[in-house]
Amino acid sequence: MAHTFKGGVHPNYMKAPEVPVSVIAPPPQVVIPLAQHIGAPCIPIVEVGAYVTMGQKIGDNPAPVSAPVHASVSGRVVAIEPRPYPMGGTSMSVVIENDGLDTKCDALEPLTEEQLKDPDAILERIRECGIVGMGGAMFPTAFKIRGGIGKVDRLIINGAECEPYLNGDHLTMKLFPEELLKGIELVRIASGVDKAYYGIEVNKQDAISVLKAHYPEKYGVEIVSEKVKYPQGGEKMQVKAVTGREVKPGGLPSGVGCNVVSTRTCYAVYQACYEGRPVIDRIVTVAGSAMKQTVNALTRVGTPFAYLAEQCGGFAKTPRKIVLGGPMMGICATDINAPTVKGTSGVLFFTEKEDRNVKEPTCIHCGKCISVCPMRLEPMFMYMYYKKGDLDMLKKFHVTDCFECGSCAYNCPGRLPLTHAFKTAKVMLQEQVVREKEAAAK
Amino acid sequence: MNEKNERLILDVAYQPQVRTELDTKRIMLTVIVALLPALVVSVIRYGAYPLAVAAVSTASAVFFEWAYRALMKKSRTVDDLSAAVTGLLLAMVMPAGIPLWVPVIGDLFAIVVVKQLYGGIGKNFLNPALAGRAFLLASYAMLMGVWTTPKTLAGAVDTVTMATPLSYLYGGKALPEYFSRLNLFLGNRPGCIGELSTLAILIGAAILLVFKIIDWRIPVSTVGTVAVLTLIFGKDGYGNFDWMVYNLLTGGLLFGAVFMATDYATSPVTRKGRVLYGFGIGALTVLIRYFGGYPEGISYAILIMNLCSWAIDKAFHRRQFGVTAEDIKAEKAAREGKK
Repeated sequence: MAHTFKGGVHPNYMKAPEVPVSVIAPPPQVVIPLAQHIGAPCIPIVEVGAYVTMGQKIGDNPAPVSAPVHASVSGRVVAIEPRPYPMGGTSMSVVIENDGLDTKCDALEPLTEEQLKDPDAILERIRECGIVGMGGAMFPTAFKIRGGIGKVDRLIINGAECEPYLNGDHLTMKLFPEELLKGIELVRIASGVDKAYYGIEVNKQDAISVLKAHYPEKYGVEIVSEKVKYPQGGEKMQVKAVTGREVKPGGLPSGVGCNVVSTRTCYAVYQACYEGRPVIDRIVTVAGSAMKQTVNALTRVGTPFAYLAEQCGGFAKTPRKIVLGGPMMGICATDINAPTVKGTSGVLFFTEKEDRNVKEPTCIHCGKCISVCPMRLEPMFMYMYYKKGDLDMLKKFHVTDCFECGSCAYNCPGRLPLTHAFKTAKVMLQEQVVREKEAAAK
Repeated sequence: MNEKNERLILDVAYQPQVRTELDTKRIMLTVIVALLPALVVSVIRYGAYPLAVAAVSTASAVFFEWAYRALMKKSRTVDDLSAAVTGLLLAMVMPAGIPLWVPVIGDLFAIVVVKQLYGGIGKNFLNPALAGRAFLLASYAMLMGVWTTPKTLAGAVDTVTMATPLSYLYGGKALPEYFSRLNLFLGNRPGCIGELSTLAILIGAAILLVFKIIDWRIPVSTVGTVAVLTLIFGKDGYGNFDWMVYNLLTGGLLFGAVFMATDYATSPVTRKGRVLYGFGIGALTVLIRYFGGYPEGISYAILIMNLCSWAIDKAFHRRQFGVTAEDIKAEKAAREGKK
């Protein structure tokens, strides 16, 4: 029996795991934003004009919640300035002129046998290699694991990849099963637990067979088959599917003794510890109706979207929207020259075909939003109170529990911008709290 | 990085970036398709006349919606097909021999008074088609109670009009031979256009369920309640089981439970609420069939429960993810402790 949670939707998956990975030639210029994680942005540690090697650390910050960034090509630093940031606005970035040589940095050696069994050494290496949650959250992994030590009794590896279009995790499982399992073992050792549960949706049966052929139990990994349903890959849904535990409202998985780490993150941990290689590339699925074809592109961090699209066969139509990550939770890029970052699992170029907006969104009171909400909320009524601007009622309907998976808005026949409304409502509530605090201080 | 890309204007929308194909229009279209088997049965029984009733009623409902919104300078909404569904549903609950002008008046009431005056689709609190029928029943009781003999019963009955099976049950009389269970199941009986054949309605229900248009809880709970109550209470002169079967096969129970009670705007949205709503409809139907002034009770039962559905929605909040029954008890205790 496949494990799962209650609610959820079945979007059109549009996946193409059969498309082999294409290695994208690094661009003539890479743009490495100094903030590619949640937490303190990095401070550049190189200067304009300096020569950097591939994998060399170019920015860091001693703050606990932070992750260093590395050069993804070798070449000369031509600018350190604000550049378009993928998620909108600009961010201080290091721009490197690629010399095309890919001269490797040898600052980091592979860890020794003993170090591979030492949690502290592994965690130090994870931090040093700038590993963040590569499912898209980009939360510094070392900090996350360290925070869970002693509290966490179940380590869950997220292999659901429930977002439409994306294939990176699936391909990683199929192509590098042994490396992946070793990476999971390292995360498990660092977390101080005996066993890791690898939750994989059953539509990746071929990957599950490949992994099983590599004796996952040898690495302390148990594979858990999960029902194909969005948002199976949400942290709370993974915890529920694998352990049956429900994370408390406002709580973190560690509150019920769980930590969820994504597939690609585990692979990055393998590369960091066994090869001394920081996060400088990843598989990015490039797809959408504006593209001539779907490409699973092994892409260097810092590759501008326009260049990436060109390398992946170019546009069939003019794109109207660039979506980063999957189409359900992915957000829109505002600039086609912004670069990919560590958390970019997909770059989707959409035309009018994908959005099904209407002039006048109308609630027809069908209740389809309620039946799909994985948090068992009542989006319909929340939207009503949002329209009225009634923050107290929104709080009463637990709008703060919404993690913006988009299932309700996806399923809405009247095309209400539900997820958008709840995101806005949450910001409004946060502001209210701040204002109340200010008033109390006076 | 060429010039063309520099000038590219990008759309920035909040997630999700994709949406299901099942929009309001497609839902309404599916409902229309699901009604077709029942319409076909009435054509088999009565010839082409029911088609004319359906066409006139649908067209006038669409016209009234268009005209009202145009007059009030509101946006055009007839494209979502909800008015067409209302018109067709009203036709389905008209006696097969109804004069063509009657449903037009019903549509005027249903679309303008019941639906549009309250803001249009999704905002009305009564099922428009049923409210239209109730309006006609009060205004033209004579016309609404004339049951033309189906062509396929012409051999057994020699009058132009005849009594419905439900009126036999209401009077406590034994059903004549031509109302065999098979005939009732296949719709070889007088009645409203849509309610004749149990089989045709079941096919329609299957369509609605497969395409996830309706929640099975409402029809199952409605029909189940009627079945259980009639089985328990029975009626003098009938075996309890026979009485239950006749109650399920006659009148508009199944049509109402599948097509009317499941109307989105007027039914509750939570699962528990839907079960309770269906139970209410079933219980009221039985109550009216036993003690009411009319043989049939499903229309009024649904209309009454329509009025309760907002309260039912309020009463059945879901426990959100991560909250257990104990948590809620503890919270309640803490709140009372404060007082």
